[in-house]
Amino acid sequence: MLELKDICFSRDSKNILKDVNLKIDNNKMVVITGPNGSGKSTLAKIIMGIEKPDSGTIIFDGKDITNLSITERAKMGIGFAFQQPVRFKGLTVKDLIEISAGDSIKVCDACDVLADVGLCAQEYLNREVNSELSGGELKRIEIAMLAAKKSKLTIFDEPEAGIDLWSFNNLISIFEKMHDDIKGSIIIISHQERILNVADEIVLVKNGKVEKHGPREEILPQIFNKVKPCHKLEKSEKCSEGRA
Amino acid sequence: MDKIEKNLLKQIADIEKTPMGAYNIRENGKLSARNTTANIDIVTKKDKPGIDIIIKANTKNESVHIPVILTQGGLNDLVYNDFYIGENADVIIVAGCGIHNSTCDTAEHDGIHTFHIAKGAKIKYIEKHYGEGEGTGDRILNPQTIINLDENASMEMESVQIKGVTSTVRETYANMKKGSSLVISERIMTTGKQTAKTVFDVNLDGEDSSVHVASRSVAEDNSLQEFISNVKGNAKCFGHVECDAIIMGNGRVISDPKIEANNVDASLIHEAAIGKIAGEQLTKLMTLGLTEKEAEEQIINGFLK
Repeated sequence: MLELKDICFSRDSKNILKDVNLKIDNNKMVVITGPNGSGKSTLAKIIMGIEKPDSGTIIFDGKDITNLSITERAKMGIGFAFQQPVRFKGLTVKDLIEISAGDSIKVCDACDVLADVGLCAQEYLNREVNSELSGGELKRIEIAMLAAKKSKLTIFDEPEAGIDLWSFNNLISIFEKMHDDIKGSIIIISHQERILNVADEIVLVKNGKVEKHGPREEILPQIFNKVKPCHKLEKSEKCSEGRA
Repeated sequence: MDKIEKNLLKQIADIEKTPMGAYNIRENGKLSARNTTANIDIVTKKDKPGIDIIIKANTKNESVHIPVILTQGGLNDLVYNDFYIGENADVIIVAGCGIHNSTCDTAEHDGIHTFHIAKGAKIKYIEKHYGEGEGTGDRILNPQTIINLDENASMEMESVQIKGVTSTVRETYANMKKGSSLVISERIMTTGKQTAKTVFDVNLDGEDSSVHVASRSVAEDNSLQEFISNVKGNAKCFGHVECDAIIMGNGRVISDPKIEANNVDASLIHEAAIGKIAGEQLTKLMTLGLTEKEAEEQIINGFLK
Protein backbone atom coordinates (compact mmCIF):
# COMPACT_ATOMS: atom_id res chain seq x y z
CA MET A 1 0.00 0.00 0.00
CA LEU A 2 2.63 2.56 1.06
CA GLU A 3 6.34 2.51 0.50
CA LEU A 4 8.87 5.14 1.48
CA LYS A 5 12.22 4.84 -0.27
CA ASP A 6 15.35 6.64 0.92
CA ILE A 7 13.47 9.62 2.35
CA CYS A 8 15.75 12.45 3.52
CA PHE A 9 14.55 15.69 5.08
CA SER A 10 16.58 18.46 6.67
CA ARG A 11 15.76 21.91 7.99
CA ASP A 12 18.05 24.61 9.37
CA SER A 13 21.14 22.44 8.77
CA LYS A 14 19.62 19.64 10.86
CA ASN A 15 19.05 16.23 9.34
CA ILE A 16 15.58 15.29 10.58
CA LEU A 17 15.07 12.18 8.46
CA LYS A 18 17.98 10.16 7.10
CA ASP A 19 17.37 7.61 4.37
CA VAL A 20 14.10 6.37 5.76
CA ASN A 21 12.79 3.21 4.16
CA LEU A 22 9.43 1.90 5.25
CA LYS A 23 6.78 -0.37 3.81
CA ILE A 24 3.21 -0.50 5.12
CA ASP A 25 0.97 -3.29 3.84
CA ASN A 26 -2.78 -3.24 3.30
CA ASN A 27 -5.15 -3.56 6.23
CA LYS A 28 -2.53 -3.05 8.93
CA MET A 29 -2.59 -1.05 12.11
CA VAL A 30 0.91 0.33 12.46
CA VAL A 31 2.17 2.38 15.39
CA ILE A 32 5.19 4.60 14.86
CA THR A 33 6.92 5.33 18.12
CA GLY A 34 10.21 6.77 19.29
CA PRO A 35 11.73 9.54 21.39
CA ASN A 36 10.60 13.16 21.12
CA GLY A 37 12.29 14.89 18.22
CA SER A 38 13.11 11.66 16.43
CA GLY A 39 11.25 12.71 13.26
CA LYS A 40 7.93 10.82 13.64
CA SER A 41 5.62 13.78 12.97
CA THR A 42 7.78 14.94 10.07
CA LEU A 43 7.50 11.48 8.57
CA ALA A 44 3.70 11.60 8.88
CA LYS A 45 3.58 15.04 7.25
CA ILE A 46 5.76 13.82 4.41
CA ILE A 47 3.34 10.96 3.72
CA MET A 48 0.40 13.44 3.61
CA GLY A 49 2.35 15.91 1.47
CA ILE A 50 2.38 18.69 4.07
CA GLU A 51 6.18 18.58 3.98
CA LYS A 52 8.23 17.76 0.89
CA PRO A 53 11.23 15.47 1.27
CA ASP A 54 14.62 16.68 0.05
CA SER A 55 15.09 13.34 -1.66
CA GLY A 56 13.52 9.91 -1.89
CA THR A 57 10.33 8.44 -3.28
CA ILE A 58 6.84 7.79 -1.90
CA ILE A 59 4.76 5.06 -3.51
CA PHE A 60 1.07 4.72 -2.65
CA ASP A 61 -1.06 1.98 -4.20
CA GLY A 62 1.64 1.41 -6.78
CA LYS A 63 1.80 5.06 -7.85
CA ASP A 64 4.65 7.52 -7.26
CA ILE A 65 3.02 10.31 -5.22
CA THR A 66 6.25 12.11 -4.25
CA ASN A 67 5.33 15.21 -6.25
CA LEU A 68 1.57 15.11 -5.72
CA SER A 69 -0.17 17.81 -3.71
CA ILE A 70 -1.94 17.33 -0.37
CA THR A 71 -5.30 17.48 -2.16
CA GLU A 72 -4.33 14.84 -4.72
CA ARG A 73 -3.11 12.51 -1.98
CA ALA A 74 -6.30 13.10 0.05
CA LYS A 75 -8.37 12.22 -3.02
CA MET A 76 -6.33 9.06 -3.56
CA GLY A 77 -7.26 7.94 -0.05
CA ILE A 78 -4.83 9.32 2.49
CA GLY A 79 -6.20 10.99 5.61
CA PHE A 80 -4.38 12.87 8.34
CA ALA A 81 -5.46 13.76 11.88
CA PHE A 82 -3.51 16.71 13.24
CA GLN A 83 -1.76 16.57 16.59
CA GLN A 84 -3.06 20.09 17.27
CA PRO A 85 -6.50 20.30 15.61
CA VAL A 86 -7.24 23.50 13.73
CA ARG A 87 -10.00 25.90 14.79
CA PHE A 88 -12.29 27.58 12.27
CA LYS A 89 -14.41 30.63 13.01
CA GLY A 90 -17.68 30.07 11.21
CA LEU A 91 -17.34 26.44 10.12
CA THR A 92 -19.47 24.06 12.15
CA VAL A 93 -18.83 20.47 13.18
CA LYS A 94 -21.42 19.45 10.56
CA ASP A 95 -19.62 21.44 7.84
CA LEU A 96 -16.31 19.72 8.60
CA ILE A 97 -17.84 16.25 8.78
CA GLU A 98 -19.56 16.86 5.43
CA ILE A 99 -16.32 18.06 3.83
CA SER A 100 -14.56 14.99 5.27
CA ALA A 101 -17.19 12.62 3.89
CA GLY A 102 -16.67 14.25 0.48
CA ASP A 103 -20.39 14.66 -0.07
CA SER A 104 -23.47 15.56 1.87
CA ILE A 105 -23.65 13.08 4.70
CA LYS A 106 -26.92 11.90 6.20
CA VAL A 107 -27.56 13.50 9.57
CA CYS A 108 -27.86 10.06 11.15
CA ASP A 109 -24.42 9.06 9.77
CA ALA A 110 -22.88 12.29 11.08
CA CYS A 111 -24.50 11.54 14.43
CA ASP A 112 -22.97 8.06 14.41
CA VAL A 113 -19.41 9.28 13.91
CA LEU A 114 -19.86 11.84 16.68
CA ALA A 115 -21.38 9.25 19.00
CA ASP A 116 -18.35 7.01 18.35
CA VAL A 117 -16.08 9.73 19.75
CA GLY A 118 -18.38 10.33 22.70
CA LEU A 119 -20.02 13.56 21.53
CA CYS A 120 -23.76 14.19 21.48
CA ALA A 121 -24.68 15.12 17.92
CA GLN A 122 -27.62 17.24 18.99
CA GLU A 123 -25.29 19.38 21.06
CA TYR A 124 -22.33 19.54 18.70
CA LEU A 125 -23.43 19.27 15.05
CA ASN A 126 -24.20 22.97 14.65
CA ARG A 127 -21.46 24.29 16.91
CA GLU A 128 -18.67 26.32 15.40
CA VAL A 129 -15.25 24.71 15.60
CA ASN A 130 -13.84 27.79 17.32
CA SER A 131 -12.06 28.70 20.53
CA GLU A 132 -15.15 27.95 22.61
CA LEU A 133 -14.38 24.24 22.24
CA SER A 134 -11.87 22.65 24.58
CA GLY A 135 -8.75 20.87 23.35
CA GLY A 136 -10.32 17.49 24.17
CA GLU A 137 -13.50 18.31 22.24
CA LEU A 138 -11.46 19.45 19.24
CA LYS A 139 -9.46 16.25 19.33
CA ARG A 140 -12.60 14.12 19.32
CA ILE A 141 -14.04 16.14 16.42
CA GLU A 142 -10.77 15.69 14.52
CA ILE A 143 -11.02 11.92 14.97
CA ALA A 144 -14.72 11.95 13.95
CA MET A 145 -13.75 13.76 10.73
CA LEU A 146 -11.27 11.04 9.86
CA ALA A 147 -13.84 8.35 10.67
CA ALA A 148 -16.23 10.09 8.24
CA LYS A 149 -13.53 10.37 5.55
CA LYS A 150 -13.00 6.59 5.40
CA SER A 151 -9.53 6.79 3.88
CA LYS A 152 -7.59 3.79 2.65
CA LEU A 153 -4.69 5.04 4.75
CA THR A 154 -5.34 7.16 7.84
CA ILE A 155 -2.54 8.77 9.81
CA PHE A 156 -3.08 9.91 13.40
CA ASP A 157 -0.38 12.15 14.82
CA GLU A 158 -0.36 11.59 18.59
CA PRO A 159 -4.12 11.16 18.93
CA GLU A 160 -3.87 10.71 22.68
CA ALA A 161 -2.27 14.14 23.25
CA GLY A 162 -4.62 16.36 25.23
CA ILE A 163 -7.31 13.74 25.50
CA ASP A 164 -8.96 12.80 28.80
CA LEU A 165 -9.09 9.34 30.28
CA TRP A 166 -12.66 8.64 29.11
CA SER A 167 -11.77 9.52 25.54
CA PHE A 168 -8.54 7.57 25.75
CA ASN A 169 -10.39 4.38 26.67
CA ASN A 170 -12.65 4.88 23.67
CA LEU A 171 -9.86 5.91 21.36
CA ILE A 172 -8.60 2.38 21.00
CA SER A 173 -12.04 1.02 20.20
CA ILE A 174 -12.46 3.79 17.58
CA PHE A 175 -9.21 2.72 15.88
CA GLU A 176 -10.28 -0.91 15.97
CA LYS A 177 -13.73 -0.05 14.56
CA MET A 178 -12.20 2.06 11.77
CA HIS A 179 -9.79 -0.73 11.01
CA ASP A 180 -12.63 -3.28 10.79
CA ASP A 181 -15.06 -1.04 8.87
CA ILE A 182 -12.76 0.52 6.31
CA LYS A 183 -10.35 -2.39 5.84
CA GLY A 184 -7.63 0.14 5.18
CA SER A 185 -4.41 0.76 7.03
CA ILE A 186 -3.98 3.04 10.00
CA ILE A 187 -0.72 4.67 11.04
CA ILE A 188 -0.69 5.99 14.58
CA ILE A 189 2.15 8.05 15.99
CA SER A 190 2.13 7.38 19.69
CA HIS A 191 4.11 6.87 22.85
CA GLN A 192 1.30 5.10 24.66
CA GLU A 193 1.85 1.48 25.62
CA ARG A 194 -1.90 0.76 25.38
CA ILE A 195 -1.91 1.94 21.78
CA LEU A 196 1.27 -0.01 21.02
CA ASN A 197 -0.50 -3.07 22.43
CA VAL A 198 -3.18 -3.03 19.69
CA ALA A 199 -0.78 -2.56 16.77
CA ASP A 200 -0.22 -5.20 14.13
CA GLU A 201 3.21 -3.73 13.53
CA ILE A 202 5.47 -1.31 15.35
CA VAL A 203 8.00 1.05 13.81
CA LEU A 204 10.67 2.52 16.07
CA VAL A 205 12.09 5.79 14.78
CA LYS A 206 15.23 7.12 16.39
CA ASN A 207 17.50 9.98 15.32
CA GLY A 208 15.67 10.29 12.01
CA LYS A 209 16.03 6.64 11.09
CA VAL A 210 13.82 3.57 11.22
CA GLU A 211 15.64 1.56 13.86
CA LYS A 212 13.18 -1.30 14.10
CA HIS A 213 10.10 -2.42 12.19
CA GLY A 214 8.21 -5.64 12.65
CA PRO A 215 5.26 -7.41 14.23
CA ARG A 216 4.20 -6.09 17.64
CA GLU A 217 5.05 -9.37 19.36
CA GLU A 218 8.61 -9.04 18.13
CA ILE A 219 9.25 -5.29 18.57
CA LEU A 220 7.36 -4.45 21.76
CA PRO A 221 9.52 -6.54 24.12
CA GLN A 222 12.66 -5.05 22.56
CA ILE A 223 11.43 -1.50 23.16
CA PHE A 224 10.44 -2.00 26.78
CA ASN A 225 13.44 -4.11 27.70
CA LYS A 226 15.70 -1.27 26.66
CA VAL A 227 14.07 1.26 28.97
CA LYS A 228 15.44 1.17 32.48
CA PRO A 229 13.01 2.69 34.98
CA CYS A 230 14.57 5.40 37.12
CA HIS A 231 13.77 3.69 40.45
CA LYS A 232 15.90 0.75 39.45
CA LEU A 233 18.98 2.84 38.87
CA GLU A 234 21.93 1.98 41.05
CA LYS A 235 22.94 4.43 43.75
CA SER A 236 26.23 4.94 42.05
CA GLU A 237 24.49 6.40 39.01
CA LYS A 238 24.11 10.17 38.58
CA CYS A 239 20.30 10.09 38.97
CA SER A 240 20.50 9.10 42.66
CA GLU A 241 23.09 11.75 43.43
CA GLY A 242 20.59 14.52 42.73
CA ARG A 243 22.52 15.86 39.77
CA ALA A 244 20.90 16.67 36.49
CA MET B 1 -42.02 43.31 -11.80
CA ASP B 2 -39.34 42.06 -14.18
CA LYS B 3 -36.73 39.33 -13.69
CA ILE B 4 -34.01 41.73 -12.45
CA GLU B 5 -36.31 43.26 -9.85
CA LYS B 6 -37.50 39.86 -8.70
CA ASN B 7 -33.90 38.71 -8.29
CA LEU B 8 -33.03 41.81 -6.25
CA LEU B 9 -35.96 41.11 -3.93
CA LYS B 10 -34.87 37.50 -3.58
CA GLN B 11 -31.32 38.57 -2.72
CA ILE B 12 -32.16 41.17 -0.10
CA ALA B 13 -35.38 39.96 1.48
CA ASP B 14 -35.69 36.35 0.34
CA ILE B 15 -38.99 37.29 -1.27
CA GLU B 16 -40.12 35.26 -4.27
CA LYS B 17 -43.84 35.81 -4.01
CA THR B 18 -45.97 38.40 -2.25
CA PRO B 19 -44.73 38.37 1.35
CA MET B 20 -46.97 37.37 4.21
CA GLY B 21 -48.12 40.08 6.58
CA ALA B 22 -47.33 43.76 6.28
CA TYR B 23 -45.01 45.02 3.56
CA ASN B 24 -43.92 48.11 1.71
CA ILE B 25 -41.88 47.69 -1.45
CA ARG B 26 -40.12 50.79 -2.74
CA GLU B 27 -38.89 50.76 -6.33
CA ASN B 28 -36.78 53.50 -7.90
CA GLY B 29 -37.86 56.08 -5.34
CA LYS B 30 -41.57 55.28 -5.49
CA LEU B 31 -44.03 53.05 -3.71
CA SER B 32 -44.50 49.81 -5.62
CA ALA B 33 -46.67 47.76 -3.28
CA ARG B 34 -47.99 47.96 0.27
CA ASN B 35 -50.01 45.85 2.66
CA THR B 36 -51.02 46.52 6.24
CA THR B 37 -52.57 44.28 8.87
CA ALA B 38 -54.84 44.82 11.84
CA ASN B 39 -51.80 45.28 14.07
CA ILE B 40 -49.26 46.84 11.71
CA ASP B 41 -49.89 50.08 9.91
CA ILE B 42 -47.66 51.72 7.31
CA VAL B 43 -48.15 55.41 6.62
CA THR B 44 -46.39 57.61 4.05
CA LYS B 45 -44.65 60.58 5.62
CA LYS B 46 -45.97 63.98 4.60
CA ASP B 47 -42.98 66.18 5.43
CA LYS B 48 -40.18 64.12 3.86
CA PRO B 49 -39.69 60.94 1.85
CA GLY B 50 -40.25 57.74 3.80
CA ILE B 51 -42.77 55.86 5.90
CA ASP B 52 -43.87 55.34 9.48
CA ILE B 53 -44.33 51.74 10.52
CA ILE B 54 -46.59 51.54 13.53
CA ILE B 55 -46.84 48.25 15.37
CA LYS B 56 -49.49 47.93 18.07
CA ALA B 57 -48.64 46.86 21.60
CA ASN B 58 -48.65 43.09 22.22
CA THR B 59 -48.44 42.23 18.50
CA LYS B 60 -46.88 38.76 18.30
CA ASN B 61 -45.60 36.50 15.52
CA GLU B 62 -46.02 39.05 12.74
CA SER B 63 -43.50 40.38 10.25
CA VAL B 64 -42.93 43.50 8.18
CA HIS B 65 -40.97 43.54 4.92
CA ILE B 66 -39.81 46.93 3.64
CA PRO B 67 -37.31 46.26 0.83
CA VAL B 68 -36.01 48.92 -1.52
CA ILE B 69 -34.83 48.23 -5.06
CA LEU B 70 -33.09 50.51 -7.51
CA THR B 71 -32.67 49.65 -11.16
CA GLN B 72 -32.10 53.16 -12.56
CA GLY B 73 -28.67 54.75 -12.75
CA GLY B 74 -28.40 58.42 -11.81
CA LEU B 75 -30.95 58.07 -8.99
CA ASN B 76 -30.19 59.25 -5.46
CA ASP B 77 -32.91 57.87 -3.24
CA LEU B 78 -33.10 59.15 0.34
CA VAL B 79 -35.73 57.85 2.76
CA TYR B 80 -36.58 58.31 6.41
CA ASN B 81 -38.33 55.30 7.88
CA ASP B 82 -39.54 55.44 11.48
CA PHE B 83 -40.57 52.33 13.37
CA TYR B 84 -42.86 52.65 16.39
CA ILE B 85 -42.94 49.31 18.19
CA GLY B 86 -45.63 49.05 20.88
CA GLU B 87 -45.11 47.63 24.35
CA ASN B 88 -44.47 43.90 24.57
CA ALA B 89 -44.71 43.40 20.82
CA ASP B 90 -42.59 40.58 19.35
CA VAL B 91 -42.05 40.98 15.59
CA ILE B 92 -39.61 40.47 12.72
CA ILE B 93 -38.68 43.35 10.42
CA VAL B 94 -36.92 42.64 7.13
CA ALA B 95 -35.40 45.62 5.34
CA GLY B 96 -32.55 45.96 2.85
CA CYS B 97 -31.69 47.46 -0.48
CA GLY B 98 -30.66 45.97 -3.78
CA ILE B 99 -29.23 48.00 -6.65
CA HIS B 100 -28.97 46.86 -10.25
CA ASN B 101 -27.02 49.48 -12.16
CA SER B 102 -26.44 48.90 -15.85
CA THR B 103 -25.51 52.52 -16.57
CA CYS B 104 -22.40 54.62 -16.11
CA ASP B 105 -24.19 56.91 -13.63
CA THR B 106 -24.20 56.45 -9.88
CA ALA B 107 -27.16 54.77 -8.19
CA GLU B 108 -27.44 55.59 -4.49
CA HIS B 109 -29.82 54.75 -1.67
CA ASP B 110 -29.52 56.31 1.77
CA GLY B 111 -31.96 54.84 4.26
CA ILE B 112 -32.30 56.44 7.67
CA HIS B 113 -34.14 54.08 9.97
CA THR B 114 -35.17 55.16 13.44
CA PHE B 115 -36.53 52.63 15.90
CA HIS B 116 -38.65 53.60 18.90
CA ILE B 117 -38.98 50.35 20.80
CA ALA B 118 -41.35 50.53 23.75
CA LYS B 119 -41.07 48.77 27.10
CA GLY B 120 -40.76 45.00 26.94
CA ALA B 121 -40.94 44.87 23.13
CA LYS B 122 -38.72 42.47 21.23
CA ILE B 123 -37.75 42.77 17.59
CA LYS B 124 -35.55 40.99 15.14
CA TYR B 125 -34.33 43.29 12.39
CA ILE B 126 -32.69 41.86 9.26
CA GLU B 127 -31.05 44.20 6.79
CA LYS B 128 -29.31 43.03 3.63
CA HIS B 129 -27.51 45.11 1.03
CA TYR B 130 -26.61 43.94 -2.42
CA GLY B 131 -25.38 45.40 -5.68
CA GLU B 132 -25.12 44.09 -9.24
CA GLY B 133 -25.23 45.23 -12.84
CA GLU B 134 -22.90 45.42 -15.80
CA GLY B 135 -22.70 49.25 -15.83
CA THR B 136 -19.64 51.18 -14.69
CA GLY B 137 -21.71 53.48 -12.47
CA ASP B 138 -21.14 53.27 -8.74
CA ARG B 139 -23.62 51.45 -6.48
CA ILE B 140 -23.70 53.31 -3.19
CA LEU B 141 -25.60 52.44 -0.01
CA ASN B 142 -25.43 54.51 3.15
CA PRO B 143 -27.74 53.06 5.80
CA GLN B 144 -28.17 54.80 9.12
CA THR B 145 -29.90 53.03 11.99
CA ILE B 146 -30.93 54.87 15.12
CA ILE B 147 -32.16 52.61 17.90
CA ASN B 148 -33.99 53.82 21.01
CA LEU B 149 -34.65 50.96 23.39
CA ASP B 150 -37.01 51.58 26.30
CA GLU B 151 -36.90 49.62 29.56
CA ASN B 152 -36.53 45.86 29.12
CA ALA B 153 -36.89 46.13 25.35
CA SER B 154 -34.62 44.05 23.15
CA MET B 155 -33.43 44.07 19.57
CA GLU B 156 -31.49 41.60 17.51
CA MET B 157 -30.05 43.17 14.38
CA GLU B 158 -28.53 41.23 11.50
CA SER B 159 -26.79 43.44 8.98
CA VAL B 160 -25.34 41.85 5.86
CA GLN B 161 -23.69 43.37 2.83
CA ILE B 162 -23.55 40.46 0.45
CA LYS B 163 -21.61 41.86 -2.50
CA GLY B 164 -21.48 44.36 -5.31
CA VAL B 165 -21.68 47.59 -3.31
CA THR B 166 -19.09 50.12 -4.51
CA SER B 167 -19.08 52.20 -1.38
CA THR B 168 -20.96 52.23 1.89
CA VAL B 169 -20.99 54.12 5.16
CA ARG B 170 -23.05 52.21 7.69
CA GLU B 171 -23.84 54.01 10.90
CA THR B 172 -25.68 52.58 13.88
CA TYR B 173 -26.52 54.62 16.97
CA ALA B 174 -28.21 53.16 20.03
CA ASN B 175 -29.57 54.62 23.24
CA MET B 176 -30.44 52.03 25.80
CA LYS B 177 -32.54 52.23 28.95
CA LYS B 178 -32.76 50.00 32.01
CA GLY B 179 -32.71 46.25 31.33
CA SER B 180 -32.66 46.65 27.55
CA SER B 181 -30.54 44.47 25.32
CA LEU B 182 -29.11 44.80 21.82
CA VAL B 183 -27.36 42.12 19.79
CA ILE B 184 -25.84 43.18 16.48
CA SER B 185 -24.36 40.77 13.99
CA GLU B 186 -22.68 42.30 10.96
CA ARG B 187 -21.23 40.57 7.88
CA ILE B 188 -19.48 42.47 5.11
CA MET B 189 -17.59 41.41 2.03
CA THR B 190 -15.76 43.84 -0.24
CA THR B 191 -13.90 43.14 -3.46
CA GLY B 192 -12.20 45.14 -6.23
CA LYS B 193 -11.82 48.77 -5.17
CA GLN B 194 -14.88 48.83 -2.94
CA THR B 195 -14.88 50.67 0.37
CA ALA B 196 -16.97 50.04 3.47
CA LYS B 197 -17.06 52.03 6.66
CA THR B 198 -18.98 50.89 9.71
CA VAL B 199 -19.72 53.00 12.77
CA PHE B 200 -21.30 51.71 15.98
CA ASP B 201 -22.04 54.23 18.70
CA VAL B 202 -23.87 52.80 21.69
CA ASN B 203 -24.93 54.53 24.91
CA LEU B 204 -25.60 52.05 27.69
CA ASP B 205 -27.53 54.49 29.87
CA GLY B 206 -29.77 52.15 31.86
CA GLU B 207 -28.86 49.80 34.65
CA ASP B 208 -28.42 46.20 33.48
CA SER B 209 -28.50 47.17 29.83
CA SER B 210 -26.30 45.10 27.53
CA VAL B 211 -24.93 45.18 24.01
CA HIS B 212 -23.09 42.57 21.92
CA VAL B 213 -21.66 43.67 18.59
CA ALA B 214 -20.07 40.99 16.42
CA SER B 215 -18.64 42.15 13.11
CA ARG B 216 -17.09 39.76 10.63
CA SER B 217 -15.70 41.02 7.38
CA VAL B 218 -13.64 39.96 4.41
CA ALA B 219 -11.66 42.48 2.36
CA GLU B 220 -10.42 41.10 -0.96
CA ASP B 221 -8.41 42.53 -3.87
CA ASN B 222 -7.78 46.26 -3.32
CA SER B 223 -10.81 46.94 -1.15
CA LEU B 224 -10.74 48.92 2.08
CA GLN B 225 -12.84 48.56 5.20
CA GLU B 226 -12.97 50.63 8.34
CA PHE B 227 -14.60 49.57 11.59
CA ILE B 228 -15.23 52.21 14.23
CA SER B 229 -17.00 51.46 17.47
CA ASN B 230 -17.64 53.48 20.58
CA VAL B 231 -19.51 51.83 23.43
CA LYS B 232 -20.18 54.03 26.44
CA GLY B 233 -21.07 52.38 29.72
CA ASN B 234 -22.92 55.06 31.67
CA ALA B 235 -24.45 52.74 34.28
CA LYS B 236 -24.07 49.20 35.62
CA CYS B 237 -24.06 47.49 32.24
CA PHE B 238 -22.30 45.04 29.95
CA GLY B 239 -20.85 45.71 26.53
CA HIS B 240 -18.99 43.37 24.22
CA VAL B 241 -17.65 44.33 20.80
CA GLU B 242 -15.94 41.77 18.59
CA CYS B 243 -14.42 42.64 15.23
CA ASP B 244 -12.90 39.88 13.10
CA ALA B 245 -11.60 40.49 9.63
CA ILE B 246 -9.92 38.40 6.95
CA ILE B 247 -7.74 40.22 4.45
CA MET B 248 -6.87 38.80 1.04
CA GLY B 249 -4.80 40.09 -1.87
CA ASN B 250 -4.17 43.79 -1.19
CA GLY B 251 -7.30 44.16 0.95
CA ARG B 252 -7.00 46.49 3.94
CA VAL B 253 -8.94 46.73 7.19
CA ILE B 254 -8.71 49.42 9.84
CA SER B 255 -10.24 48.72 13.23
CA ASP B 256 -10.70 51.64 15.56
CA PRO B 257 -12.34 50.46 18.76
CA LYS B 258 -13.24 52.62 21.72
CA ILE B 259 -14.87 51.60 24.94
CA GLU B 260 -15.70 54.19 27.55
CA ALA B 261 -16.59 53.24 31.13
CA ASN B 262 -18.30 56.16 32.80
CA ASN B 263 -19.58 54.13 35.72
CA VAL B 264 -17.60 51.94 38.09
CA ASP B 265 -20.01 49.03 37.49
CA ALA B 266 -19.74 49.16 33.71
CA SER B 267 -18.12 46.07 32.23
CA LEU B 268 -16.89 46.55 28.66
CA ILE B 269 -14.87 44.29 26.40
CA HIS B 270 -13.47 44.83 22.95
CA GLU B 271 -11.81 42.15 20.83
CA ALA B 272 -10.38 42.68 17.38
CA ALA B 273 -8.49 40.34 15.08
CA ILE B 274 -7.37 41.04 11.53
CA GLY B 275 -5.31 38.70 9.39
CA LYS B 276 -5.14 36.52 6.35
CA ILE B 277 -6.51 32.98 6.35
CA ALA B 278 -4.28 30.83 8.55
CA GLY B 279 -2.13 28.44 6.52
CA GLU B 280 -2.99 25.55 8.83
CA GLN B 281 -6.71 26.06 8.11
CA LEU B 282 -6.06 25.71 4.38
CA THR B 283 -3.82 22.69 4.95
CA LYS B 284 -6.44 20.98 7.11
CA LEU B 285 -9.16 21.34 4.48
CA MET B 286 -6.76 20.21 1.76
CA THR B 287 -6.09 17.02 3.73
CA LEU B 288 -9.84 16.44 3.44
CA GLY B 289 -9.64 16.62 -0.35
CA LEU B 290 -10.36 20.28 -1.14
CA THR B 291 -8.13 22.29 -3.45
CA GLU B 292 -6.55 25.43 -2.02
CA LYS B 293 -9.16 27.57 -3.82
CA GLU B 294 -12.05 25.43 -2.56
CA ALA B 295 -10.62 25.51 0.97
CA GLU B 296 -10.41 29.30 0.81
CA GLU B 297 -14.05 29.53 -0.33
CA GLN B 298 -15.23 27.22 2.44
CA ILE B 299 -13.42 29.28 5.07
CA ILE B 300 -14.79 32.58 3.74
CA ASN B 301 -18.34 31.24 3.33
CA GLY B 302 -18.29 29.81 6.85
CA PHE B 303 -16.83 33.00 8.29
CA LEU B 304 -19.54 35.16 6.73
CA LYS B 305 -22.38 32.68 7.22
